[in-house]
Amino acid sequence: MNKRLFLKTAIAGILSVGLFSGVALAANETLKIGFVGVTSGPAAAWGISNQRSMETRAAWINETGGYKIGDKTYDIEIVAFDDQKDPKRAIAGMEKMAQEGIHYVVGPNVDDGAAAVRPVAEQNGIMYFPYAFPKSLYEAPASNAVLGMVANYQSGPAIYKYMKDEKGVKKVAFVAANESDPLSQRTGGVAAAKALGLEVVSDSVTYQVDTTDFTPVLLPVVRSKPDLLVLSGVSPANAPQLIRSARELGYTGLISTETAQDALVLKEGAGDLANGFISVGGASTPEIATDMMREFVERYTKMFGEYNDESNTKVYALEYILETLKADPAGITDAAAFKKIMDTFEAPNPYMKGDAVLKYVGMSSFGQKRQVAVPLVVNVYKDGAFETLFVAEVD
Amino acid sequence: MEQVLANGLYLGAQYALIALGLTLIFSLMNVLNFAHGQMYVFGGFVTYTVVAQLGLPFIVGLILSGIVLGVMGALIEKYLFRPVIARSTREESTMLLAAGIAFFLDAVILLLFGEKQRGIPKIIDGVLNWDYRIIMPYDRILIGVLAIAAICIFIMYMQYSKTGRAMRALAQDRVAAELMGVDVKYYSMIGFALGAMLAGIVGGLLVSITGINLGMGGPASIKAFMMIMIGGAGIISGAIAGGFILGMMESVGLLVFAAYGDITYLMIFVSLIIFLAIRPHGLMGKPWG
Repeated sequence: MNKRLFLKTAIAGILSVGLFSGVALAANETLKIGFVGVTSGPAAAWGISNQRSMETRAAWINETGGYKIGDKTYDIEIVAFDDQKDPKRAIAGMEKMAQEGIHYVVGPNVDDGAAAVRPVAEQNGIMYFPYAFPKSLYEAPASNAVLGMVANYQSGPAIYKYMKDEKGVKKVAFVAANESDPLSQRTGGVAAAKALGLEVVSDSVTYQVDTTDFTPVLLPVVRSKPDLLVLSGVSPANAPQLIRSARELGYTGLISTETAQDALVLKEGAGDLANGFISVGGASTPEIATDMMREFVERYTKMFGEYNDESNTKVYALEYILETLKADPAGITDAAAFKKIMDTFEAPNPYMKGDAVLKYVGMSSFGQKRQVAVPLVVNVYKDGAFETLFVAEVD
Repeated sequence: MEQVLANGLYLGAQYALIALGLTLIFSLMNVLNFAHGQMYVFGGFVTYTVVAQLGLPFIVGLILSGIVLGVMGALIEKYLFRPVIARSTREESTMLLAAGIAFFLDAVILLLFGEKQRGIPKIIDGVLNWDYRIIMPYDRILIGVLAIAAICIFIMYMQYSKTGRAMRALAQDRVAAELMGVDVKYYSMIGFALGAMLAGIVGGLLVSITGINLGMGGPASIKAFMMIMIGGAGIISGAIAGGFILGMMESVGLLVFAAYGDITYLMIFVSLIIFLAIRPHGLMGKPWG
């Protein structure tokens, strides 16, 4: 082959590849869904499970031909932004989403971040699905935020009641990081415990998130001899250290939290000392999971090399967004249409066996439907994995 | 009170070891190494990888953390700080470089080790319980003893070895040391490597107790700076004193102020501001530097 022939062949090849790939790309339009949350630092596990759940589901949809909404089929693209648990960065992230023309964003993961992005989301017609609990985000006049999980003021009373009735808990102590989320969760937890008639023996001890030795922090708490130690809003990084320090100080009672945790992090950080630790888990236990849920777990594990039980909950947000858009395709570019259909929206729940449906709830807590309906699953950690303690529902 | 003292001593030992590397680099090169915390985190991840991923003994992980960080420190001094110091007399040049290295190391750690909290199994099981007056897990005692041993070895090395004497001469008067035949470039590199090695060792030690994650570098650097401000920047004994004082203040504060929420560090910062207003050069520092 002479040089000229080689060049002609190469150019023709490049052109044809470009042409065909162009045709392939033109087959499906792209629907961008955003994620703004924490994927680095002590609370990274929360945001990572969000982002990976979305990326797993998006890859799955794209691999199987795309997602049909109205008369068009879309490939799903996840646009992710790490806010590093910093409200200022969360705002920057939401602004980036607005600049990219994205109308649906999952996150942020924490209270101050979710509150900070509210003006940006409302000004730019963005519906966002935070994993944060301030009621003001979900109560009127606010209307763009949809709570993506069960809130601590919904799970806390259920957990404490179970502890009181089943484990004979009478005295409870709370410890929280000196940050807005854990402190507000502690306040809610203390109120819920008192309402149930439990004696709160310690509720003033807090700690810095960068604490390297929790023994001095927990010493006064353990001395108050609670039956139940609640780690309010504890991050996955701090949980194993706190559990370990409490056990090493001789505490033998129950330990719980209303936040989701990572079994691998608990295993590495606290080992057997974490056995019996109670936390809020993913929304699809093995007993209620469908084949689709199991396939999701397989795909996630294959894609990222490990699985986080919390993703059983985090998988839902993207599904809710897509299914609601399917119910009214006008929502793709118009958040008002999306809001309008939320009140009546119902679709089969692909991740749960039986007659479970995807629907928006929250009337009891927020006075309007601004929460995704996912089962409240409470787990207990044992030997490197979570086991289901009980399952409840939230209205 | 015995428990508070024991907690303070344990905290102080690990803090002092963190501060030693920082103050060594400052004394030799007049460089505020903002990347010290990231070096500590890197060391922790090296031990984690060796112990948890490769299944090798903890001591191997600890030694490798020291070696990896030592080599990293030497390279950083030779190829980054040395050219900048040679070309710029402005102190902020090295400060900006250090901050840049901190961000760079954060990115490298994220790429190499991921963003999650990591930890290794306890190196010794069991808890010392002295009549409920002092409760201290054996692994904490071991880590505290190893930290104190590392401090003692470091002091003896600085005091009695040829390299240590050369570095002390360099710290006292760089020009005079050079005139007396001390190879300034070589010993600056050794000093930086030693400081980074200490950061790596303390990261390796603490990964067995506290675990490690990407976000721990910044707060570790802040605490290290507080310690050397208390003790006096560039003074070895000052860094040790600063570490133990901070550890003891934290331990006592967490007990005394437990009923008032998390005001321990607020009180420490207020005390530090007042202290520095009265004695800006720290406990053992000299007003002239």
